[in-house]
Amino acid sequence: MKFFKNSFLVILLLLALSLVAFAQEINRKEAIVTTGAMWGPPSTWNILLPSPTPGTGGLVYETLFSYNPIRNEFRPWLAESGEWISDNEYVVKLRKGIKWTDGEDFNAEDLVFTYEIARNNDVFYSPIWEWMSSVVALDNYTVKFTFSEPHYAEWDKELYTRYIIPEHIWSKVPSNQLISISNANPVGTGPYMYYAPQQDRMIWVRNENWWGNDVFGKPKPKYIIDLVSQSNHITMGLLMKGELDVCNNFIAGAGRIKDAFRLNTWYDDEPYMLSWNTANLYMNTLRKPMDDPAFRRALAFAIDTDVIVGRVYGGMVTKANPTGLFGEGWLEYLAEDVVEEYGFYYDPDKAAAMLDEAGYIDRDGDGYRDMPDGSPIALKIMVPSGWTDWEESIRVIARSAEAVGVNIIPDFPDQSLFDNNRFTRNFDMMIGNFVSTLSANPFDYWNGVANRNIHGERISNGNWGSYDNPELFRKIQEFNITKDEAVKQELAAEIQKTLLIDMPTIPLWHNGLWCLTTNHNWTNWPNEHNPYGLAVCWGNAYQLGMIDVLINIEPAN
Amino acid sequence: MARYLSKKILIYAITFFLAVTLNFVIPRMMPGDPIQSLVSRFQIMEGGSEILERQLILLFNLDEPLIVQYFNYWKSIFTGDFGISIMQFPRPVTEIINKAIIYDIILLVPATILSWIVGNKLGAFSGVNKKADNVLMPIFYFLTSSPYFWLAGVVSFFLGVKLGLFPISGAYSVSMVPGFNWPFIVDYFKHWFLPFLSIFLVELGGWAIGMRNMIIYERSSNYSRYMEALGASDKMIRKYGFRNGVLPQVTGLALRIAGIIGGAITVETVFNYPGLGRMMLNSVLNQDYFLLQGIFLAVVVMALVANFLVDIVYMFIDPRVRHSFAGEV
Repeated sequence: MKFFKNSFLVILLLLALSLVAFAQEINRKEAIVTTGAMWGPPSTWNILLPSPTPGTGGLVYETLFSYNPIRNEFRPWLAESGEWISDNEYVVKLRKGIKWTDGEDFNAEDLVFTYEIARNNDVFYSPIWEWMSSVVALDNYTVKFTFSEPHYAEWDKELYTRYIIPEHIWSKVPSNQLISISNANPVGTGPYMYYAPQQDRMIWVRNENWWGNDVFGKPKPKYIIDLVSQSNHITMGLLMKGELDVCNNFIAGAGRIKDAFRLNTWYDDEPYMLSWNTANLYMNTLRKPMDDPAFRRALAFAIDTDVIVGRVYGGMVTKANPTGLFGEGWLEYLAEDVVEEYGFYYDPDKAAAMLDEAGYIDRDGDGYRDMPDGSPIALKIMVPSGWTDWEESIRVIARSAEAVGVNIIPDFPDQSLFDNNRFTRNFDMMIGNFVSTLSANPFDYWNGVANRNIHGERISNGNWGSYDNPELFRKIQEFNITKDEAVKQELAAEIQKTLLIDMPTIPLWHNGLWCLTTNHNWTNWPNEHNPYGLAVCWGNAYQLGMIDVLINIEPAN
Repeated sequence: MARYLSKKILIYAITFFLAVTLNFVIPRMMPGDPIQSLVSRFQIMEGGSEILERQLILLFNLDEPLIVQYFNYWKSIFTGDFGISIMQFPRPVTEIINKAIIYDIILLVPATILSWIVGNKLGAFSGVNKKADNVLMPIFYFLTSSPYFWLAGVVSFFLGVKLGLFPISGAYSVSMVPGFNWPFIVDYFKHWFLPFLSIFLVELGGWAIGMRNMIIYERSSNYSRYMEALGASDKMIRKYGFRNGVLPQVTGLALRIAGIIGGAITVETVFNYPGLGRMMLNSVLNQDYFLLQGIFLAVVVMALVANFLVDIVYMFIDPRVRHSFAGEV
């Protein structure tokens, strides 16, 4: 009894005190709080892994160029300039006076080393050496890349996605530990430094000596507190209380509540968000009837994407261009006449007619169409369990298909099973957005949805439905290795035409760059009227415009 | 006494062996391949994912036959090195668990002990007071039949959102950095309170109901009647009744511990509380074999240790157990 009384008193006392005293370690006014990038505790800052703690790339390590997807513009970052001096030689001039955060000078040696380490070891970007032959420092600030087969399109992406690492540090890491070290407290050149990792957040602190302070301007927040993603109701709570400044999570219905809770979005009205990737319907072309282009194309006319956009997403996404292309960089190659002629749109009557013509009619009178040989069609469409917006979307697709007499059943396997089925072609249909993320060059999209590596035991680079068209693959590769703009436009039009006629995937909608910002602590967020940057904290996306946001936001009064 | 202990220890050893084996088998029965899923999330240069996958498989020794992996797991249990987490690569599992388990202990130990003590007291009170009984019993039944996550949602809504008294997420505030300073400790306990309260309330109901029934039973037993006939005070009879009634409650505590840990998983998920519970959920979703094995083992060890402690306590409070094993009765 005594013990009980005492412990209860102690707890009451603590609680009473807790209501009185409250103080913070970090001044909230100096910090920007973000969420939506991390899905687990920060654990590695090793940039030789593709997904270290978000911010490691961009805040700490920097790229040669940054890419602004709104203006479709490359901006020299660590590089001062870069150009093709011949068909297979690219020369980069580096900025002078940049220092690593440990005080060492940044120079050509570091850039050469960043690529040499991938030649001498197996890291995730080692395959670049299949088409690159040498990287040589011409002087302290000039580097020449020579290519055995220049992949111009891939090189574009390389320029703004490869993080340059310090030679004087990484050369000391034993080869067998390159990917297994956690590299806590990484030495980079960027505007922020490692401050404190916690179970549910990563805290970065401003690098007061950042070289960019004089070039681009000094980032305003002294700290970046990046929270591990939490459930929607908690995230909403944080947004409403103004504890969160940037939210890159998908919040269902955000468009409708944004005014009530004074949240900022990119567009004032629908679709509110910029586009970030294309959600495609993949069809397993090794199974019947998805092996028939006529069936695939008919299905494209049958799906009522407007319902998905309007009802499932509340207008927060846009209906996909039939080619799947979006964003300034990709749309430069959009063949409008091809879309005009071969594009698809929602027209169930036309879809039904196309299916009739191809021989898919209801032979046994059960209300569903059957194969030309009379066997029934019953297809499954899968998305990972728990992805509620996708779950709802495939229900819409199933209803759309039912309206034209095609029997499609929604299926929700666990994420790992979904992945496994995807790799092993063990599905009829699925939704995927994995290889269609915003980039500077449409090659990235085509090389994803129509990837040529489909004959192995497993498929890991896209084209999950194993659509096989060597002629198309050749054209896509051709696009990668061609510099001639006219030829590229021509190839692009042919690629788009083939994809629309054969329909290996059906582009459905463009998922958004989910971004909600609040004005409690910081103002002057970028939006459609003031598009100076992108508030996106997703991994490896900082150089797409987040650094500009950090520089240009203003403290709220 | 030694016989009692050695028998108990044998039972614990068998339980431990089975638990460890299941820990190994169950995660690996999940469909899918954790490394593949992990690597597939990166959009990288062609050929890069294959390289990465190969390296990670070697790093995690997933290329070895299952039986070898199983023996390695046993080895790891005795060396305390559970390998590295897949999801939080390359953090050692032991380090992750050490960091998380402290939250569980500070949450679970007070919640369990206080709910047991308060529940027993309230139950005993309810058992002798008819009027209070009519009011309290429905409440107890309501509490004990509430699912953890549901009650957590209710307290979070009323005390957290509606009244705004307590934060509803995390273990400390957004702009806090953990340290041994007063503001942090205060902040910590503010965040601690609602998860604590949820577990406390659900458990409370069960203990109270158990105790109330025991007291009513004890009060109608012969020794109570005899005492009453002898003219002993009501308080004294109640005291003896309580001492007898508490014995099954102690056994019950041992049985409940595994359940409480299970409940904590859902409570931690609701409150986004960074303990082992939420981490276990995450590691299941990500098929993180090694972290899952480590967490399971930590939970099993926690449950076994708690059970063992209760067994020992029981030995002291109930002389019959001690004596029967010593061959005195």
